[in-house]
Amino acid sequence: MTTITPYRSTAREVRDGFGQLLHAEWTKLRTVRGWVTGMIIAVLVTVGLGVLIAKSTGVSCMAGNGQTQHAVACGGPDYTVGPGGVLVQDQFYFVRQPLAGNGSITVRVTSLIGLSPYTGPGPVPAPQSTSVPWSKAGIIISGGTRPGSAYAAMMVTGGNGVRMQWNYTGDTPGLPGAASASSPRWLRLTRDGDTITGYDSAGGAHWTQVGTVTLAGLPSTVQAGLFVTSPRQFTYSATLGSGNLNASPTEATAVFDHVSRTGTWPARAWAGDDIGAGGLEASPASIGSHQAAGRFTVTGSGDIAPLIAGATNDGPNITVRDFLLGTFAGLIAVAVVATMFMTAEYRRGLIRITLAASPDRARVLAAKAIVIGSAAFVAGLVAAAGTVLIATHIAQRSGLFSVFPEPWPTELRIIAGTAALIAVTAVFTLAIATMVRRSATAILIVIVAVVIPFVLSAPPGIPTSLVNWLLRITPAAAFALQQPAPQYYQVQANYMASSGYFPLAPWTGFAVLCGWTALALALAAYLLRRRDA
Amino acid sequence: MSLPAARLSRARYGSRARYGREALHAEWTKLRTVTSTGWLLLGTAALTVAVSAAADAAATCSSSGCQADMAKLSLTGVQAGQAIVAIIAVLAVGNEYSTGMIRITLTAMPRRLTVLAAKAALIAGLVLAAAAVGVLASALAGRLILPGHGFTAAHGYPPLSLGNGPVLRAACGSVLYLALVALFTLGVATAVRETAVATGLVLGLLYVFPVVTSVIGNQHWQRHLQQIGPMTAGLDIQATVGLKSLPLTPWEGLGVLALWAAGALMIGALIFRFRDA
Repeated sequence: MTTITPYRSTAREVRDGFGQLLHAEWTKLRTVRGWVTGMIIAVLVTVGLGVLIAKSTGVSCMAGNGQTQHAVACGGPDYTVGPGGVLVQDQFYFVRQPLAGNGSITVRVTSLIGLSPYTGPGPVPAPQSTSVPWSKAGIIISGGTRPGSAYAAMMVTGGNGVRMQWNYTGDTPGLPGAASASSPRWLRLTRDGDTITGYDSAGGAHWTQVGTVTLAGLPSTVQAGLFVTSPRQFTYSATLGSGNLNASPTEATAVFDHVSRTGTWPARAWAGDDIGAGGLEASPASIGSHQAAGRFTVTGSGDIAPLIAGATNDGPNITVRDFLLGTFAGLIAVAVVATMFMTAEYRRGLIRITLAASPDRARVLAAKAIVIGSAAFVAGLVAAAGTVLIATHIAQRSGLFSVFPEPWPTELRIIAGTAALIAVTAVFTLAIATMVRRSATAILIVIVAVVIPFVLSAPPGIPTSLVNWLLRITPAAAFALQQPAPQYYQVQANYMASSGYFPLAPWTGFAVLCGWTALALALAAYLLRRRDA
Repeated sequence: MSLPAARLSRARYGSRARYGREALHAEWTKLRTVTSTGWLLLGTAALTVAVSAAADAAATCSSSGCQADMAKLSLTGVQAGQAIVAIIAVLAVGNEYSTGMIRITLTAMPRRLTVLAAKAALIAGLVLAAAAVGVLASALAGRLILPGHGFTAAHGYPPLSLGNGPVLRAACGSVLYLALVALFTLGVATAVRETAVATGLVLGLLYVFPVVTSVIGNQHWQRHLQQIGPMTAGLDIQATVGLKSLPLTPWEGLGVLALWAAGALMIGALIFRFRDA
């Protein structure tokens, strides 16, 4: 009996690593002129559309556009900047006294009523009682009376129970329910250095700590007292091809009693101030305070909250996200390249050589995905960064409108997120192309899944609930990465998909795209292994 | 050169009309025997109806004067259906090139413009049929669904009816819109040949105008872009309310799309005529 020994080459095994596979795929991508052109077109289209949008936005002020939408940007008030560089609205009625050093203030709120003041011409009708969920009444410790000062406050709200809020963006819930004579709310703030602690109580006997915050750089003498404010209500009508955002002012009146203080309060009397008057909205004539027998009746209007980029009539409405609206066009160009990166293998029969050289098919798919994903990421990064830089520069040069200043982490998330969106979509496209093997079908699937839901979200006229539903389940949810500012639960604004506020949070939306991509890749790997090439 | 072949086939077929008929027949056979054509036509109608019905179901009108355009709303699906229409047209040309079939086609039918005309006529006819089904079903869905969402006579919205002049114009115009999109795509696809590139180019051109005009604040520019965009102008045909605020009249809008289609077909025909297959 003879044993047959199969021939084994004595040559050392080299050039079979994953690195070699990556190199091979990169060579394929790099050497097809049309694909490189496609990637460059993706960048140019995105930047070009950004420039077009920037160039064609500012002139609206000169044209005397009657819409309030851009009136603010054409020489309106300077914006109030809060702690941390966030643009804020800081407008409220403040019944205050200075507090030197440490101390505390305690108060009982027995009523908070919201009103919609009449601002039109003609005889003044009786104000209508309205439910403003984020009208606020309570106590506040503030670094000063200048709008934008650091603060911490305990408050009763119109529809969201007791809250502790600080420095415009912070918010913690306390006791639920509204304040009334039969069910009053007790609030307390204590100051210890830079640390402020808020408590609430239903009966004034048992106190619960709501939160503790540290306000950096609080002066030794702070302003403390009672405040009332009530934000505008936004209604958006999107019909007949154009959207209209209306803001109607509201005011709120609250009744306080059982005001008690500890610590050093050098002033003898309470002073009433309309903080931020003449800011974003005119104060109604009815605001002010009235004091009798230890009872304070305070009426205020405005808000102590961050400005929401593009979702209110306040502040600069143009965001860097608007400049990046052309991303979807660049995405189509990248998707075309990603499709052909796979389908060309089949069309030219190259797939047989590829698979002969590297029989592990899943590895081939992985190498292709990494190469196209990385190339798309770089193209996306160049496109997004270029668009933001150039378009913002154009906006500054024109001086006709201001761009909402984003904190740098947000801007980084928007730019890197755009690149990630393009990169993962390219991989998704590659997987789809592997599955269907035909260019037209693959590109159709990608456009229907990623581009069309986004396109439907842009112009007004499509029902919001349909758009929001699509932007939750389709890969287009990842466009949420371009969301211009956080959606604050505690700030009422017009969070529309058309201004970049998608139903899912930025990274959640991105996770939806990644989920679809993982699923498509798994299916593609399975089919690639099972099918004859 | 293909001139002798053309002369030969002219001799064989006798008349130009007969030649055209044969070209139509050949193209019809090619389209008919590819399974994807049927599925895509079905998909056009299905996606149009599905998106329209979803838009109807998502809309609400709680009081009178909610300013909605019922016809436009119930024809929302056309905006998605056009993507599949574009694919049908792209494949009609692209498949010939990707398989090398084009050489056989042009050997058998050396008159290239006749081949393109036959393709255009057939694609337009097929898309008209599929679009008619999709649009009619969308209108029916609007008629059935919208009254349940507050679009009632009490709020000033009688049920959607094709007997109403503007609604009929919106519906017929939407069918024509889809056919014109098909012709526009056919022109682009003939010029660029590569299916993926043609699809990306056409859908990019269609969708870029509505997206960009939605954010532009300058109303002069906005109006201008809406007037020249093939999709923004073409869909003016669906408007039945607020016609005065439209950048173009409905038929002018459809005319703009027709110009795009004619231009693309002309460029495609020129390139097709003078380029090696």
